[in-house]
Amino acid sequence: MLDVHIRTTLRSPDREFVLDAAFRSGAARTALLGPSGSGKSTVLMAIAGLLPGARGHVRVGGQPLLDSAEGIDLPARARGVGLVFQDYALFPHMTVEENLRFGVRRLGHALRPEAHERIGTLMEQFGLEALRNAYPRHLSGGQRQRVALARALATQPRLLLLDEPLSALDTELRARLRAELAEMLERVQVPTLLVTHDLQDVQALAQSVVRIEAGRIVG
Amino acid sequence: MLTPLWLTLKVALLATLLAGAAGIGLGWWMARRRFPGHSTLDALLLLPMVLPPTVLGYYLIVLVGRNGLIGRWLEQWFGFTLLFTWQGAVLAAAVVSLPLIYKAARAAFEETDGRFAQAARTLGAGEWEVFWRISLPLALRGIGAGLALSFARAMGEFGATLMIAGNLPGRTQTLSVAVYAAVQAGDDELALTLTLVISVVCVVLLVLASRLLQAKH
Repeated sequence: MLDVHIRTTLRSPDREFVLDAAFRSGAARTALLGPSGSGKSTVLMAIAGLLPGARGHVRVGGQPLLDSAEGIDLPARARGVGLVFQDYALFPHMTVEENLRFGVRRLGHALRPEAHERIGTLMEQFGLEALRNAYPRHLSGGQRQRVALARALATQPRLLLLDEPLSALDTELRARLRAELAEMLERVQVPTLLVTHDLQDVQALAQSVVRIEAGRIVG
Repeated sequence: MLTPLWLTLKVALLATLLAGAAGIGLGWWMARRRFPGHSTLDALLLLPMVLPPTVLGYYLIVLVGRNGLIGRWLEQWFGFTLLFTWQGAVLAAAVVSLPLIYKAARAAFEETDGRFAQAARTLGAGEWEVFWRISLPLALRGIGAGLALSFARAMGEFGATLMIAGNLPGRTQTLSVAVYAAVQAGDDELALTLTLVISVVCVVLLVLASRLLQAKH
């Protein structure tokens, strides 16, 4: 069960944006659907712990990651929330395998055997073995998406967040990768929240939908 | 002739290490944080680039001289003074080359995309780890170019060095000071040789720095 209530005010010189979004979902895959500028990505950042000053609460399976009334605000590194960025944000100076290992090998420590095995399984599952030593700049859009997803899953997150997972791709590719992504998410046993402006994404990828407009949930 | 060259290389190397550590740390901090006095501190850090080296040397004497704030403390606890020592020359060279590495490091950190750091945080990395595994490697080319410029600047340092470390042949006489001394003494041949040596080293360093910067694009 995902239980979210985010309140924050974003100020830029020419406008003020008030976000006050509350929703719950018990579905395995939930879509947060809204037009651009509706605040949906901001909600995602707040859940991941990347939005300083966010108030309200975020509970995943009853466990609070943020609860400003109780003074709880876990830093992003301690939230156990996997985030796939809109343009994937793969580390450009690391190979595919190093990207996948980043979250399971802490600085100054060796890779634990079970983590090594997990990375191997993920690479196999996402068809990345042949790309193990490739750098992100040499990958296609679809390959990048698979690496980003596998990297987020390598840390065994309690919640997976996808920010506009298909928007970095051109139209032709998008339809094909939508089906591929749906298949991958089906296999992944992690509760998922994805943000999109595209109704087709919702239909293909999610079981439950939450609509957001101008910083508020509208159903 | 070799003594001033080795001394210059030693002084410039240590000064670059010193300025490098301080400049990279400050560059990272200034690129990430905004606080009251941010632009004033930025200006202060760039000041050694525009102040006359003699003025800088005078400031350093006020600080590390026998009656200076730091100088008195060094003398009292370690029986050590930086005046007229090669360590003093290291300090002078580090101060004048600090703005070059600071500016390069700050720009390099500001150019690196903040999303990589955010992605690293969601993958469990603390701030120290973000620095070592993400920010520093991504900024490395820009920092390398800054270090090469710093080293070149440290090698050519004259004014502040002369004021702090003096002109003691074999002990504090670096190449640039030796050129000055040779000209003063009318030894044109020595002055020319020393000039050629320092010119060649500086050209090599500048080429290296621009190669590093070009490779980035």
